[in-house]
Amino acid sequence: MSRSGTFPTIVKPHDRTPPSDVLAPFSWDDEMRALDGLSSGGLNIAHEAVDRHATENFGAKVALRFISQDETAHDVTYANLAADTNRFANVLRALGITQGERVFTLTGRIPELYITALGTLKVGGVYCPLFSSFGPEPLHTRLSLGNARVLVTTPTLYQRKVAALRDRLPSLEHVLITGDASPPSGTQSLDVLVHAASPDGDCAPTGPDAPALLHFTSGTTGAPKGAVHVHGAVLAQEASARLALDLRPDDVYWCTADPGWVTGTAYGLIAPLVLGVSCIVDGEEFDAERWYRILEEQKVNVWYTAPTAVRMLMKAGAELAHRHDLSALRFLASVGEPLNPEAVLWGRDTLGHPFHDNWWQTETGAIMIANTAVMDIKPGAMGKPLPGITAGIVRRMADGSMEEITIPNTVGELALRKGWPSMFRSYLGDEVRYQKSFAGDWYLSGDLAKRDEDGYYWFVGRADDMIKSAGHFIGPFEVESALMEHPAVSEVGVIGKPDPVAMEVVKAFISLAPGYTASEDLRREILGFARQRLGAAVAPREIAFNADLPKTRSGKIMRRLLKARELGLPEGDTSTLLGEPQVLGTSDQR
Amino acid sequence: MTDDEIKQATLDVLSKVAPEVNVDAISPDINFRDQFDFDSMDFLNFAIGLGKHLDFEIPEVDYPKLSNLNGCVVYLAAMLRTNEHL
Repeated sequence: MSRSGTFPTIVKPHDRTPPSDVLAPFSWDDEMRALDGLSSGGLNIAHEAVDRHATENFGAKVALRFISQDETAHDVTYANLAADTNRFANVLRALGITQGERVFTLTGRIPELYITALGTLKVGGVYCPLFSSFGPEPLHTRLSLGNARVLVTTPTLYQRKVAALRDRLPSLEHVLITGDASPPSGTQSLDVLVHAASPDGDCAPTGPDAPALLHFTSGTTGAPKGAVHVHGAVLAQEASARLALDLRPDDVYWCTADPGWVTGTAYGLIAPLVLGVSCIVDGEEFDAERWYRILEEQKVNVWYTAPTAVRMLMKAGAELAHRHDLSALRFLASVGEPLNPEAVLWGRDTLGHPFHDNWWQTETGAIMIANTAVMDIKPGAMGKPLPGITAGIVRRMADGSMEEITIPNTVGELALRKGWPSMFRSYLGDEVRYQKSFAGDWYLSGDLAKRDEDGYYWFVGRADDMIKSAGHFIGPFEVESALMEHPAVSEVGVIGKPDPVAMEVVKAFISLAPGYTASEDLRREILGFARQRLGAAVAPREIAFNADLPKTRSGKIMRRLLKARELGLPEGDTSTLLGEPQVLGTSDQR
Repeated sequence: MTDDEIKQATLDVLSKVAPEVNVDAISPDINFRDQFDFDSMDFLNFAIGLGKHLDFEIPEVDYPKLSNLNGCVVYLAAMLRTNEHL
C-alpha cells in the first residue's frame, strides 16, 4: 500500500526560473522540428545521437567516458563515435545485413556495445541488447525469438554461455567477438573486421515508423515478449530526458543502468547523446565507495540510478558519502521500482538533493510519469504525467471495456492514452498479446496505482504475478520452466518475496518427485542447476520444499496464495497483495 | 582460525549462494565476478553470509575487500585477530 501523506512534500525553491523549454507549451510537432532529421527527410536515431554532433565545433566533445576497473578513463568523442559507428555499419553492410534485420549484443558496458547499437541503427537494422547476467536458457529464448542474425559478444561470455547454443540457433549467422585474441571457431574477430572498414558512411533513410530497437520483457505466462520500438521513439526519449532528468547539453551525466535493459539503452545511450551530453559509463558492478569516487572525480551533474542501488548506499552509511565532494551534483533521479520515501529524503539530507522518482516500462519506451525538477516532490509518489502524455486510472467493466476512474485515491490499473511516439509497436511475432495490452484508446500497464487530488500517481502493486527484483521484471513462468527440467522437481510455484534491498527476490516453492527427499544437498543442487540455466539475475535466490502447493480446481498453482503464506497473511485475503478486489479481473491479461 | 579454515569457511558460504561454482577451480587473486556469474545481490548475500558464519558484522565499506578469495582470507584473518575471536 502506498504511504501517501505520511511524508511531507518537498517544496522546491521557487526562485529558480525554469528553462524556457520547460515553460513553453508542449507539442510533439515542435519536438520533431527540434530534431535535425536526415537530409533525405527521414529520421534515424543514430543521426540524432551521433552524426549531427560530429561537426567541426562539437566533434571533439566527449560523448562517452568509460571508467575501467582501475578507474582510468577512456574517452570517446562525438567525432570518434561517428567514425567508429560508421565502421561497424560498414561491417554489417559487408555481412549483408539489411534494414529490419536484428543485431544483438551480449557484453558488459564496454565501447563495443555502444558502437554496435548505434552502428546497427545506421544501417536501419534493429538493435537488441541482452543482459550479460542471463544464463544460456534466457539467452537462447531471446536470440531465437528475435531471429538474431548477428551477435556481438566477448570471448568469455561466448565460451561460457553461447557456444553450446549455436546448433540450436540456425538463424544466427555471424558471431563477432571483441578483443584481439584469435576468435573461437564459428566466430569472427570484431576488431579485425572493424579496422578494415571505412569510417565514412550515411545513415539508412529510415522513417519515424521504422523499427529500431527490440527489448525483451518477461510475461507471467508463456515466452518473453519482444517489444519493438521505432526510430520515432527518439522524440519522447529526448524530451523526457530534458523534462524528467533535467538534462542539459553541458552536463556530465551518469546513468548506472545496464544497457541490457531498456533504461540503459534509452537513458544510458540514446537520449543523453541526442542532447549532446557527456556520459559516464562504469563497467564495474555496484561498489558504494567507488560510486562516490566517480561522482566526485567526474563531477557528475545529473545522476540517474535505481532504488536497489540507493538502498545499498543508504546501508553503507552517510559518513561514507560525506567523505566525498559531491557539490557538482544538481539533479538525482531514480527508476526501476517505486522509491521508498525514506530514500527520497536520504538523498536530500545526505547527497544534498532529493531523488526524483519516475515511472515507465519497456513497452512505453520512455519516461511517462515523473517528479520533475520544477515540481514539488511527494516522497513515495511516481510523480505526474510528462507533457504530451495522458495517463489515467482505469477499471475493466463487465462488457470488457475500460472505464476511467476519476475519484481521487481510488485504486485501479494505470493506463496511458495510445499514440505517444515511443509507444511499442508490436510484440515480435505475437500480435494477439500485443492487442491484449490495449483496451479502446488505453494502453494497460499491468500496474495498479492511484492518483491523488493533486494529480500525483502512487504505485500500489502489480495486477499480475510479475516479480520486480533489483529494478528488473522477472517472469515466474520462465523460472518455473527451467526448474521443471530438474528430475527432482515435480511441481513448482515461483513468487517475488519482499526484500528490503531489491524490493523482491525470486523464491521457488518446489514439491519433489517420488523418490526424492528434501535436503540441503538437494536444495543446493537445484539452485545450482537453475543458476546455470537462467543466470544469477533470473534464478531463484531461495528455494523451499513444499509437499502441498496450493492449486486451483483446474490444477494451476496459485502463486498468490504461496505469496500470502510467505507473508503470513490470511489466505482468504489475497487482496492486500493486489490492491482493491474490483480490479482483480485485469490480472490475467498478460 | 587458521588461514586454511578461513578459506574453507569462505568457500562454504560461497557455495551456499552459488552452488554451481566449482570451488576447486577458483583463482584466488581474480575477482569472483570475473570468474563466474555472481551479481550484486549474490555478493551482498555472500558478505552477509560470511559475517553470520563467523559471527561478526562486516561493515559495508569493507565489502570490496571480499571480492576475491585471497582478499577474503586476508581481511577475515585480520578482523578475527582484532576481534579476538581466535
